[in-house]
Amino acid sequence: MNKAGRVFKYGDNVDTDVIIPARYLNTTDHKELASHCMEDLDESFAREVAPGDYILAGSNFGSGSSREHAPIAIKESGVAVVIARSFARIFYRNAINIGLPIMECPEAYEGIEAEDRIRVDLTQGTITNLTKGEVYQTHPFPEFMQALIEAGGLMAYIKTWEGK
Amino acid sequence: MGMTMTQKILAAHAGLEAVTAGQLIWADLDMVLGNDITAPVAIEAFEKTRHKEVFDRDKIALVPDHFTPNKDIKAAENSLKLRNFARQQAITNYFELGEMGIEHALLPEKGLVVAGDVVIGADSHTCTYGALGAFSTGIGSTDMAAGMVTGKCWFRVPSALRFNLTGRLKDFVSGKDVILHIIKLIGVEGARYQSMEFTGEGIGNLSMDDRFTIANMAIEAGAKNGIFPVDGLTRAYIRDHGSRAGKVYEADGDALYEAVHEIVLDDIEPTIAFPHLPDKGRVFGEFGEIAIDQVVIGSCTNGRLGDLRAAARILKGRKIARGLRLIVFPATQKIYLDAMKEGLLEIFIEAGAVVSTPTCGPCLGGHMGVLAKGERALATTNRNFVGRMGHPESEVYLASPEVAAATALAGVIADPRKIMGGSHE
Ligand code: SF4
Repeated sequence: MNKAGRVFKYGDNVDTDVIIPARYLNTTDHKELASHCMEDLDESFAREVAPGDYILAGSNFGSGSSREHAPIAIKESGVAVVIARSFARIFYRNAINIGLPIMECPEAYEGIEAEDRIRVDLTQGTITNLTKGEVYQTHPFPEFMQALIEAGGLMAYIKTWEGK
Repeated sequence: MGMTMTQKILAAHAGLEAVTAGQLIWADLDMVLGNDITAPVAIEAFEKTRHKEVFDRDKIALVPDHFTPNKDIKAAENSLKLRNFARQQAITNYFELGEMGIEHALLPEKGLVVAGDVVIGADSHTCTYGALGAFSTGIGSTDMAAGMVTGKCWFRVPSALRFNLTGRLKDFVSGKDVILHIIKLIGVEGARYQSMEFTGEGIGNLSMDDRFTIANMAIEAGAKNGIFPVDGLTRAYIRDHGSRAGKVYEADGDALYEAVHEIVLDDIEPTIAFPHLPDKGRVFGEFGEIAIDQVVIGSCTNGRLGDLRAAARILKGRKIARGLRLIVFPATQKIYLDAMKEGLLEIFIEAGAVVSTPTCGPCLGGHMGVLAKGERALATTNRNFVGRMGHPESEVYLASPEVAAATALAGVIADPRKIMGGSHE
């Protein structure tokens, strides 16, 4: 169970170019990437986000390039879970591979507003809106992906992996 | 229940008789690709493991193409990381400046991908090689690192959409119009997590360059991959470029598709994707006069020889509009050289264009043609997201090389059929 955090809410098609603009891709420094996270969409995000906060977005979050700098920038910002109506596929797998939990939940997108405080349980697939006193249910993560997240990402996972 | 072409390739590479949509599998990789942006991240992750050597030094391709020739010190350091790693691991397919090109044009040209392969690339447009009948898909740097260690990648087996192509494209209409038309039809997430499988006799009327362009933009509809059946033209291409024969997989007759779209090539019009999404396609007559500051012809989508020929045919003996900037960037050194030998570069330069060395450059707003606030570009690239080519308040319109050339001449988004005055020679 994650702790309670504040919600940053965005719309549909938040693409990797706004999550981390290409002009910052000449670095792989996580802290520097985080300092520009969401800059072209929400210039105050990097300043205001605190560890344990949540990003909530509409459809097709993370569309565009395969740059892992995008989920890295979000994870390094301290975001606990990204919740969206749906994710673009490369972002989806990148997030899991680096150990950034994500959840697809259209009801949460309808019910939760920016600034609401929420709490998430990944194994149960529940999102609790503490501000409104509502609970949204989605699919628990497939076991394989939970194992990846729990291991701390793909690289940690393959460490213990004796060929398949 | 039958399998799609993609599912058959994945099953074979997972050592399974059959797979079904949604199944999680580990598949063996024939090629792992990375570039100067994504590979450094993967190399750092690789170096943190206990593994000293990559799984197969012949099955990794490293292409410095995004910010090269290095645009600044940080880019230079990333390129250096790539170069050092390639040297230390004795990577066969590392392409230094001088032999490089934009990765997705380069790999097929060098024969590094053939039909039936499973290829992952830490770049979203890795789906380009579906034109050759391979399963190829974009992944992230961590997948790349894990792929370099294990030679494997995890996949959720995709379901598929079928696009049945019939007929033949009209003059001045090309592969770019086909894919912009399809993305307009199904939307930017219309094929999310799915394969786009192209079928039908119309494919026989599409050049390999057209097929590469179409497969390249499958990701812009959210697809995991786009894939074409292998025909005589594909076989000839692989024979002329490849060192391996490849393996041909065909979809089962009873393969399950989530939807089938009939695409009549004769009906496709020149299509322009308006800001700020690739599915905002419009055709001439649906918009008024739109002045353009910069036209860009090139990229992994439309930087091949056929694309340059199509543009040169329109630009030949003409001058671009005053005040407009035209940048042409051939996708690889070989294309550059061929274009020079054919006299295409001369046509471009005489028309008033600048011709760039192969690089991703302007396509991702990296260098070699970044836009200022309020500027408008029409480009043959594949993305028109906010800020893609520079300032967040600049705009990008996506189109074919034919429309790009016509626009460069007119200074406003222009119909190549009008510019050529119906002289369909
Ligand atoms: S040309 Fe553009 S889309 Fe293609 S690989 Fe380079 S940056 Fe990506």
